[in-house]
Amino acid sequence: MQSSIRTPYDRVVMAVPVTIPYVRYSIESAQWWIGRALKALVDGAGITPRDIDGFCVSSFTAGLDSGIGLTQHFGLCVRWIDTIPLGGASAIAALRRAARAVQAGDARMVACVAGDTYHVDSFRYTLENFSRFNQDAVYPYGAGGANASFALIARNYMRTFGAQREDFGKIAVAQRSNALRNPHALMKTPLTIEQYMSARPIAEPLHLFDCVMPCAGAEAFLVMGEDVAASLNLPAAKILATIERHNAFGDDPVQVRGGWAVDIDELYAMAGVKPDDLDVVQTYDDYPVISMMQFEDLGFCRKGEGPDFVRQHDLTIDGSFPHNTSGGQLSVGQAGAGGAYLGVVEALRQVLRLAGPTQVKDARIGLASGFGMINYDRGLASGAAILAGPGA
Amino acid sequence: MIEPIAKPRRKNPLLRTRLPTSPPRARSRASHGFTRAAAEGRFMLQRCGACATFCYPARDACPSCLSADLVFTDAPRRGTLLCGTMLHVPADVHFRERAPWRVGLVAMECGPTVVAHLHADCEEGQPVVMSLQLDKSGQAVAFAHPERETPNMADDRQWREMTAEPKFRRVLVTNGRSIVGQETVAALKAAGASIVFVGIAEPWKPFRGEDALRALEGVEIVPLDIGDEKSVADLAADIGGKVDILVNTTEHVRAGGLLDRQGTSIVRDEIDQSYLGFVHLAQAFGPAMRMRGSDGVNSAAAWVNILSVYALANWPVFGAYSASQAACLSLSHSLRAELRPGGIKVVNVFTGPLDIEWFQTVPPPKVAPRVVASSIVSALKRGLEDVFVGDVAEDIRQRLAANPKAVERELGT
Repeated sequence: MQSSIRTPYDRVVMAVPVTIPYVRYSIESAQWWIGRALKALVDGAGITPRDIDGFCVSSFTAGLDSGIGLTQHFGLCVRWIDTIPLGGASAIAALRRAARAVQAGDARMVACVAGDTYHVDSFRYTLENFSRFNQDAVYPYGAGGANASFALIARNYMRTFGAQREDFGKIAVAQRSNALRNPHALMKTPLTIEQYMSARPIAEPLHLFDCVMPCAGAEAFLVMGEDVAASLNLPAAKILATIERHNAFGDDPVQVRGGWAVDIDELYAMAGVKPDDLDVVQTYDDYPVISMMQFEDLGFCRKGEGPDFVRQHDLTIDGSFPHNTSGGQLSVGQAGAGGAYLGVVEALRQVLRLAGPTQVKDARIGLASGFGMINYDRGLASGAAILAGPGA
Repeated sequence: MIEPIAKPRRKNPLLRTRLPTSPPRARSRASHGFTRAAAEGRFMLQRCGACATFCYPARDACPSCLSADLVFTDAPRRGTLLCGTMLHVPADVHFRERAPWRVGLVAMECGPTVVAHLHADCEEGQPVVMSLQLDKSGQAVAFAHPERETPNMADDRQWREMTAEPKFRRVLVTNGRSIVGQETVAALKAAGASIVFVGIAEPWKPFRGEDALRALEGVEIVPLDIGDEKSVADLAADIGGKVDILVNTTEHVRAGGLLDRQGTSIVRDEIDQSYLGFVHLAQAFGPAMRMRGSDGVNSAAAWVNILSVYALANWPVFGAYSASQAACLSLSHSLRAELRPGGIKVVNVFTGPLDIEWFQTVPPPKVAPRVVASSIVSALKRGLEDVFVGDVAEDIRQRLAANPKAVERELGT
């Protein structure tokens, strides 16, 4: 393991994991959802909006508003602001930027929020306006959102590494079983491997239960100094390490790995832990194949061993490898940019032992990862963070 | 392997006609380099002038060296299909009603990876040959074909969406008196058109080739004088709902420009026959065609204009004629835009002087009517939009691209 020369996130912590319960369709705006999340942060921390002096926001559906317009909307007066349009990697990026801002004294308390609404026609609108390459070279081919792109990635992964649909199914089924313990999960009925296998095809080899259900919702957390958290009596988690990498491995003809693979040694070196030391793992799961790819790229097994890794582990909350304990996006729902936060917020809850019915026993150290932005043929943005709860 | 498509049965008049829907149209400006290539049936990619890297999708800077010198260049068509997927639940209406729809990722031998529509005979891991096509939105898309000819290849469902294949379609050729018209009828019949209606003005007047035309099976002579608004409207009332391809073979060629003519009667004739004739046809047949762009195997598919290449640059020896052709060209762009909601292609076939009586005094090379006819059929089968037939047309096209002012001066001497 190489040593890290990066500055550790000393005396910076995360606190107040917030999830505004998702709904399939909402007539409210993204601003409404972001507002609910801010309110929950303020209430959860026992502070007033004036105590927030840093604001970091992500949303696909806030229309014309970036973070700055939202400050006036919500009556925030901040001295540090960021709007992060990195899709599924937004939460890791938000955490990294907020933590450094707090560490440098540019902000004392940063609210990191993602919220999206889901109207009956929002999905199509988001698709049509996603990116230039997508508009020019993907959307005209009948691609139903990211489904076609991930179908091609999954198909190639199966051909190259021998993954079977059953292996992806095991991930989805385990997450459903976790979700049944999470009252906020939109999916409320058990899923069997037989149901997974016999589901209708969406974009082969993807079938219904390989795909997330888009929905409305919001997620948030606070980043602040250790002393601030202590003065507010807030349970807080340390940030042991983070990584972020964009547009990696551009020469791979089809995506078989994400940017994590570039920086993974540094992630563990900075954290001073090994993959085995992690008590709980939250991967970005817009499709099971991407979670499987992360098992490899995040160092739990070697490239190509993802299918075997899944076969050899129980991925449920009480299993040998507790994974996506909230149910993940596959069973909780994908609330737009909130999907990026879902795993990070759940990891925070887990290491703070605030996860309630989905709590992994004695969870101390957790990893959360992010992945996003299918600009053309692959996901460009990736990131990961390792968090440690009190006493870790 | 593709099952051959069956000849469509007579349409049930009680059923609603499915309305056309468009695939997504939005494109960046740079991406219209592909539109230009697709319109002419070329396969072009951007290539960096500084480091020779081919790239895709369309960019404004080279991803290898950041040079802005990206030029659309004819590119090698070969690639390998890395993986494919069958889309069962596409997001937009157009593809949803055509599902399942197959697309794939193609690694081009020249470098880039291209998302493409797939011919059904393309296999993963096998070589494919790429083309750029205009889809029903009129915009360019990449299409992957199997490397070698396969049985019933042109009957592929997805390929047929990209073309105006004449097989099993019903065609109106507007002027059967001209040799070009007669050759076009024969070529379309040979290409599998189920019926060709042939317009004849003043049918009581005999014409050369009449017996041969009448002897062709699946050819129906209809009265049509396109300079006469009522004649055109009458014919449209009769057959307008079953014209899938319209080929405007109007031919009204007279020599001369401005100063050697007295008055405007000849010019007026030229305008009446070429320009107003086009207007009459468009107004009578266009709306029904636009409604029938999604009407099954024999949906309305294309409108073909035969234009003089001197529509693009005036040749004063035939100066007024050139101007009437320029007017028709301009009008064709309006028609193209107006037919787009129906997914109907407007094909402009540009020719140099034809080897016909009206160009008797013009020296060779001249274009044989049979070549015009075969170019029309080929354009329909390949789904092209701009076609240049013969050496003169190609010469003018290239010279215009190089220096339009030089063309003007040189044609004017």
